[in-house]
Amino acid sequence: MTARADKVHLGREHLIGLLRQMLLIRRFEERCVELYSAGKIRGFLHLYIGEEANAVGVMQALGPEDAIVSTYREHGHALARGVSARAIMAEMYGKVEGTSRGRGGSMHIFDAATRFYGGNAIVAGGLPLAVGLALADKMQGRNRVTACIFGDGAAAEGEFHESLNLAALWKLPVLFVCENNYYAMGTALARAQSQTDLARHAESYAMPAEAVDGMDVVAVEVAAHRAVAAVRQDGGPYFLENRTYRFRAHSMFDPELYRGKAEVEEWKKKDPIPRLETWLTEAGLLHADDLPRMEEAISAEIEDAVAFAEAGHWEPVEDLARDVTTPPGRPEREAAA
Amino acid sequence: MTTTTYREAVRTALREALTRDSRTFLMGEDVGRYGGTYACSKGLIDEFGPERVRDAPLSESAFVGAGIGAAMAGMRPIVEIMTVNFSLLALDQIVNNAATLRHMSGGQFSVPLVIRMATGAGRQVAAQHSHSLECWYAHIPGIRVLAPGTLEDARGMLWTALQDPDPVVIFEHAALYNMEGELPDTAGPVDIERAAVRRPGRDVTLIAFGANLHKAMEAARLLAAEKIEAEVIDLRSLRPLDDATIMASVRKTRRAVVIDEAWRTGSLAAEVSARVMEQAFYDLDAPVGRVCTEEVPIPYPKHLEDAALPQPEKIVAAVKAQLGARA
Repeated sequence: MTARADKVHLGREHLIGLLRQMLLIRRFEERCVELYSAGKIRGFLHLYIGEEANAVGVMQALGPEDAIVSTYREHGHALARGVSARAIMAEMYGKVEGTSRGRGGSMHIFDAATRFYGGNAIVAGGLPLAVGLALADKMQGRNRVTACIFGDGAAAEGEFHESLNLAALWKLPVLFVCENNYYAMGTALARAQSQTDLARHAESYAMPAEAVDGMDVVAVEVAAHRAVAAVRQDGGPYFLENRTYRFRAHSMFDPELYRGKAEVEEWKKKDPIPRLETWLTEAGLLHADDLPRMEEAISAEIEDAVAFAEAGHWEPVEDLARDVTTPPGRPEREAAA
Repeated sequence: MTTTTYREAVRTALREALTRDSRTFLMGEDVGRYGGTYACSKGLIDEFGPERVRDAPLSESAFVGAGIGAAMAGMRPIVEIMTVNFSLLALDQIVNNAATLRHMSGGQFSVPLVIRMATGAGRQVAAQHSHSLECWYAHIPGIRVLAPGTLEDARGMLWTALQDPDPVVIFEHAALYNMEGELPDTAGPVDIERAAVRRPGRDVTLIAFGANLHKAMEAARLLAAEKIEAEVIDLRSLRPLDDATIMASVRKTRRAVVIDEAWRTGSLAAEVSARVMEQAFYDLDAPVGRVCTEEVPIPYPKHLEDAALPQPEKIVAAVKAQLGARA
């Protein structure tokens, strides 16, 4: 575990909080798998299991005024950002009470209140949006950061390169977070990239960049604080490559023919949750009954979310065409802000 | 009245937008120092500065997406894509993001973005610079599509489009920029909802938009010499289509020819034609006719390009075929 805790004041309560958030994401998604098998959640379901340290670590460095642009593997980002578990679960059910009135499902969680701009399901499609959010902040003189999260697959898209260049060229406050889990769906990084050291792409756009152990929540948090501070101070972008791994298949449809069990088992030894647990226990910060209590509270929160989603409502079919365009007299939220 | 050009009308509209709304900025390739590929923004960088008349690198996807993001965060961007041909490099952002974000977010985020682009053929610039893909965009729910074919609309549609809380795509036909005419000194914002009857007539309805409006008007003049009075409708808005104006005219003339510079297959002309069948079939004296571009990539030599595109003579022939079908 990285011993930089002093710099970001990582006290016991804070560290326990990190553990709790990672565990919430893990248990939430495990419950999603059950609900998927039960036919309650349909469509695509991309699990974040194994990668929790990244969402939890990065969100610690952002304030409520900052924005997040995420991908279709975003349950963890949304939960760590503070989007309600109830609304996320209801969204996966497709109920009106969901974050996006059920119109988006698992891949399209949006939440204006926490400035969570999705839930974008075209690989690299969110990067230009993040550049634009940051451009608006710069033009309006607002000292805000837009965190743009994407995977290693995005680095092969033109939009990745165009966006990095634009953000660096115009000196825009974007924190690019590449969650490199070494697979673009089933294609291993080395089979898709001539340069597998993804942080070096950012350097070629004259952007400060660093690679981080994405299986270590404290390392991620420390790096994120450093990166966000640099963005706030210089106004320009910063690039984090978080090296991580997803323990589960790409989606529920993925038979995982492209990687061996031994490789997955090797990465599971780096599981960020037991890693932090062990460290806290050894440091005497986690007591014997802390974890069971935490599990119990998380389980209650998740079951509450499931009950909320179950009790939610289906949007009437008469409202099918709702929100294709903006109804007259409905100002958008940002304009009112 | 002032004598002006379509290009100057666009520029006046841009200047008005930048002056009236501090949230507005123009972004695109060569809009600043170069003055716009078609000189529409000439001089604006000196008036409004490089922040608000913002030259972008040749990254259509990124700067269109940046326009979407900036719109969601309270700005009112006008993104210029040099031509519709290059807009294909930004289709992902327009179709997957701009058009879907409001619906997909359950109504939380609107995208008040205006995208302008040049379109069309007729200048001997060959197959990769001559597309008319308005119908591709008009296919997509969540965006409004406009085609200013007159000086008034070039001058007036932009401001109205900027007031729309959702994405608007404006197609300016490249052959129109040099078009000269009179514009009242009081010219300003116009509606973007309705089609317009540009010439009244009783014998046949010609339905067109953009530069082809003027080919339809020329055809109407040729027909008038033969005592055939064509009514000419300028669609103006390609999505949504103003069915009411179209049907009112067709019910009166009982015949319709749709003129569209797109290829016939899957064209907007096909859509308009289908709507007339659906809504005014029993008022028709003849099947709806179409004058579209021949199904070839646009060739470079003038005689072949002319042969590929809709022309007044082809419109006249299509009308006569309709009248020949008179019982």
